[in-house]
Amino acid sequence: MCLAIPGKVLSIEQENGLPMAVIDYAGARNRACLAYTPEAEIGSYVIVHAGFALQVLNEEEALASLTELTRLSALMEADAGRDDPERRS
Amino acid sequence: MKYLSEFRDPSLARSLLEQIARTVTRPWTIMEICGGQTHAIMRHGLDQLLPPEITLVHGPGCPVCVTPLETIDRALAIAARPEVIFTSFGDMLRVPGSSDDLFRVKSRGGDVRMVYSPLEAVKLARENPAHQVVFLAVGFETTAPGNAMAIKQAAAEGLANFSEITSHVLVPPAMEAILSSPQNRVQGFLAAGHVCAVMGTGQYVPIAEKHRVPIVPAGFEPVDILQAILQTVRMLESGEAGVVNAYGRVVRDAGNPAARAVMDEVFTVCDRKWRGIGTIPGSGLRIRDELAAFDAEKTFPVGDITTSESPDCISGLILQGLRKPHECPAFGASCTPLHPLGATMVSSEGACAAYFKYARRGTS
Ligand code: SF4
Repeated sequence: MCLAIPGKVLSIEQENGLPMAVIDYAGARNRACLAYTPEAEIGSYVIVHAGFALQVLNEEEALASLTELTRLSALMEADAGRDDPERRS
Repeated sequence: MKYLSEFRDPSLARSLLEQIARTVTRPWTIMEICGGQTHAIMRHGLDQLLPPEITLVHGPGCPVCVTPLETIDRALAIAARPEVIFTSFGDMLRVPGSSDDLFRVKSRGGDVRMVYSPLEAVKLARENPAHQVVFLAVGFETTAPGNAMAIKQAAAEGLANFSEITSHVLVPPAMEAILSSPQNRVQGFLAAGHVCAVMGTGQYVPIAEKHRVPIVPAGFEPVDILQAILQTVRMLESGEAGVVNAYGRVVRDAGNPAARAVMDEVFTVCDRKWRGIGTIPGSGLRIRDELAAFDAEKTFPVGDITTSESPDCISGLILQGLRKPHECPAFGASCTPLHPLGATMVSSEGACAAYFKYARRGTS
C-alpha cells in the first residue's frame, strides 16, 4: 500500500488549479500531482505514491550512500580475501 | 532504473549481510512496520539470509489488513446503491466483507471502479454530476495527503457529489501500543520509509526514548532494508536508543510540511479500531466536521452493521509481532489467499499472505 517509486518529471502543467506532471518510470509513463513538491522541476526525480509526488529524491544523498556502501563493500572483500584460508577451514 | 537498481545490487547486499553477521553477538527481535517491507524481505529471502540471531517479526503496516470489517461492510452497502459510482485503490477491491466483496457487488451491476489516484475519483464526480462518487480512503500517513487533497479539491470546485469513506490509520500510536504490551518482544524497529517521507522522523524520538529502542526509517529495496537492519543491530549491540534515518534519499527530518498542512486542514485525529488488534487511542484520521458534506459515513446512513470474524484467526497476535503466520493452525489449511479467514491473509501485503506466497513454514 505504501509503495512509492522514483520517477523522472517529464513535463508540468496546471490542471483545475493543481500542478500535474507526466512522470517517467523507466519507460512506463503516468501522471502525478506535484502540489506537495512545488520545488520539483522538469528532470527532477520524485517519489510518487497513489498519484501524488511526496518528495523530491535527494540525488546527492542517494549517491553519497551508494558511494559509502560501495567503499565498505570493497573493504569487506579485501578483508575476506585476506582471511580466506581460515574461513574455509 | 535510476535510483532503484543500484539499491538491488546483490554484491552490496552480500557485503551488508556480512557486516550484520560480524556485528551481531546475541539474539535480537526486530520488527519491520510496513507490509511493503515484509513483502520485500520475503521476496528477496532476506529473512533466510540473515544470521540466526536475528528474528524479524512483521508489523501492522498493511492498511488493507487492519481496515475493520465494519468499514468494508459499510463500503459494500454504499457501493451497491444505484446512484453511486464507487471508487477505490485496486487492493481494496478484493477484500472480503462479512459476506461479500466489491468485485461481487460489481458483477451484480454496481458501478465499482478502480482508481490509481484519488484525483481520478474527483474527476469522475466532475464528469458525472447526476451520480454520487464515493472514494474508499484507506491507508497510512503515506496515502492521507492525496486523499486529503481530493477533498480539498472537491470543496474548491464546489462538487456536491464527491465523498470519502475514510479509514486512515497512523503508525506511531500502533508502535506505542506494541511496545507497551506486557508480552512485547520487539527490541528495535525499521520504520516505514514512505510514512516518514510525509511525517518526518520527529514523532519517533519520544517513542525511542521512552521505550529505549532503536527506530530506523528504512527504504524498500534489499540494500535499503539490510542497511537499516545493520544500523538497528549496531544500536542494539551498543545499547543505544534513538532514531537514525537509513533512507536519506527520501526521508527528511521534517518530512513534507506542505502535505502535512493539507492533511491537518482536512482530517483530524481520532481513535481507530484496527482489524485484529482492536481500538488504539488517537491512531486514526477522520474528516473534520466542517467538511462533513464530504464524509460518506455521514451522508450515507447504512444502518447497523454486525460483522463476524473467524474465531480461529490469530492475526491480531501476528500484527503485534507476538506470533508468526506459520504458527496459526489455519495457515495454508483452512486459510489461504483465495479463502482468507483473517486480516493478514486478505491483502497481498499481509504477513500471512507473504508467508503463503513465498512458502515460509517455520523456516524463518
Ligand atoms: S493464517 Fe489466516 S487464520 Fe491464521 S492468522 Fe493468518 S489470516 Fe488469520
